[in-house]
Amino acid sequence: MRFSMPSQPRGAKAYEELRVNQTPKPNSFRSGPDEDGRFGIFGGRFVAETLMPLILDLQGEWEKAKNDPAFQKELADLGAHYIGRPSPLYFAERLTEHLGGAKIYFKREELNHTGSHKINNCVGQILLAKRMGKTRIIAETGAGQHGVASATVCARFGFPCVVYMGATDVERQAPNVFRMKLLGAEVKPVTAGSGTLKDAMNEALRDWVTNVENTYYLIGTAAGPHPYPELVRDFQSVIGKEAREQILEAEGRLPDLVVAAVGGGSNAIGIFHPFLDDESVQIVGVEAGGRGLEGVEHCASITAGSPGVLHGNRTYLLQDRDGQILEGHSISAGLDYPGIGPEHSWLHSTGRVEYVPIMDQEALDAFQTLTRLEGIIPALEASHAIAEVIKRAPKMRKDQIIVMNLSGRGDKDIFTVGKILGVEL
Amino acid sequence: MTARMDNRFAALKSEGRPALITYFMGGDPDFDTSLGIMKALPAAGADIIELGMPFSDPMADGPAIQLAGQRALKGGQTLARTLELARKFRESDDETPIVMMGYYNPIYIYGVDRFLDDALAVGIDGLIVVDLPPEMDDELCIPALKKGINFIRLATPTTDDKRLPAVLKNTSGFVYYVSMTGITGSALPDPSLVSGAVNRIKGHTSLPVCVGFGVKTADHAKAIGAAADGVVVGTAIVAQIAGSLTKDGKAGPDTIASVATLVRGLATGVRAARLVAAE
Repeated sequence: MRFSMPSQPRGAKAYEELRVNQTPKPNSFRSGPDEDGRFGIFGGRFVAETLMPLILDLQGEWEKAKNDPAFQKELADLGAHYIGRPSPLYFAERLTEHLGGAKIYFKREELNHTGSHKINNCVGQILLAKRMGKTRIIAETGAGQHGVASATVCARFGFPCVVYMGATDVERQAPNVFRMKLLGAEVKPVTAGSGTLKDAMNEALRDWVTNVENTYYLIGTAAGPHPYPELVRDFQSVIGKEAREQILEAEGRLPDLVVAAVGGGSNAIGIFHPFLDDESVQIVGVEAGGRGLEGVEHCASITAGSPGVLHGNRTYLLQDRDGQILEGHSISAGLDYPGIGPEHSWLHSTGRVEYVPIMDQEALDAFQTLTRLEGIIPALEASHAIAEVIKRAPKMRKDQIIVMNLSGRGDKDIFTVGKILGVEL
Repeated sequence: MTARMDNRFAALKSEGRPALITYFMGGDPDFDTSLGIMKALPAAGADIIELGMPFSDPMADGPAIQLAGQRALKGGQTLARTLELARKFRESDDETPIVMMGYYNPIYIYGVDRFLDDALAVGIDGLIVVDLPPEMDDELCIPALKKGINFIRLATPTTDDKRLPAVLKNTSGFVYYVSMTGITGSALPDPSLVSGAVNRIKGHTSLPVCVGFGVKTADHAKAIGAAADGVVVGTAIVAQIAGSLTKDGKAGPDTIASVATLVRGLATGVRAARLVAAE
């Protein structure tokens, strides 16, 4: 008897059957996950037994904190006075004129303290770590934005902090590495695999499983084992809540389209979630198309991947026919992850959110367009969302409205962009 | 359940000694060498074989087993080929229990039902899947038990008395006690702590309790085997294979023989374990 590989991943096939036959339209798109952390077939708690008791503790603590007015007040105070919330909703007048279609608004998360949306989640989780009596924080980072935000809240609350970062990323994000060190964090370069975000996450999990008693793992994206996807989403949903109020205030109505870039997907779920039950609002997530979807040099998990299990959850992944995880590629280190948060996989499966790829070159062009037209240097991650807006706005009517999450600023990317443009810095 | 596992533990009980359970990575460094190693294990004194299924992202493993997985994948190993390894082994050995150990995604992608049917057909007796805790039993554990394949669960120092019943509920074959919070290949903890933990688990189950993570020498095996029903050795074997390879990572002339020598030494350790306990 010989065993041949199936012609396509079975998981994917089973999933497609589920999708056709069993994915019902829910009454609300905002009620997930269920008590086991599932969004449809996605999510869950796929972790080693060593971590299970801690994950259950975290879930219990989160339930309590959510309903604790003192916790919510501390979170809101830090939001207002430390992060700088609410972030503005800005009408991009010149970009709108330039494209000649829908009115374009940016949710200015790049104006937050530390320069991206990542801080929203870090402030929330550090308060949870404090409540749980943990004394040491670990985190993983790709572009370094989450690492910087983690190091920042650790400095603010007096926790020792270890940040795992792929060796490749340490090299291409040198300014953020220095920032983390200034803030007192220890940055541990990870050489396993291709030395990017996925490898950093593996190493953080290994640290956690070893030091589970005193250590809190501050996950940076809306992925991982339950309850992380839920709690990161809830901490990031402040983006969408504010944006929804702000656009009603500015325009007297909801937007026609909401757009955000998706790597792991925390900035996207943060702005999407409060709009999910607004039927008139079309929602688009933008994945990193890298150098194109034909080969493996991209990070478009939903557009070109299939469902699998990694890092504690079932979700769309880039993988081969044997279920081995592939190394993705993106010009943006923050999108360079072969998976995506499980709620996005579910939103895709229900058809509520559309996911599309944007190539490296398109993102790079959008980066330059925005810089010149609006005087805002966007992060390469957010540049993917801008590129999609640039495609869609001209096809929309002038009385239509787009709200896009400008999730991070591009100061950290000037070396990468300079290198590609052939400029010696 | 397949009978091999229970038969083996019954025989060991009458011999009055713990089991030596040896782990190696299927396909490391190549299929044929790996098969040679597998075939050499029982003769060298291994009672149960843990057959590693390589995975690109082994989150609970230390550097030695990570590298073994990478070597195997580089050598073209797949889950189908790991099953094939077991099939070839069974051509000459139908008694030594085989437990496949690894992570869930390759099994999920292969297809759970198809995997269980094929595993049963090639003579697999049990599964250890690191990232499937009891909360995820519907995925693979329950289907495996229904087909008659043991599902062996890991219990850890963080598994307290309150949680143990949930962990033991759908466990069969044996219980694998992980001697420390950490990744494979870390340092061995104090054997007296381990024996306390083993006795604690035995208070909740009649299944054999085997101990792994950190056992590297015959002395370790002897000390741990005094209280445990089995001693699992993985990283030491995988490191022995790594050390025997040529500069370009190919099997060396002594690869199989050196693993056999190591296992023979460990086997003397488990055989001396209960003599210590009786003293």
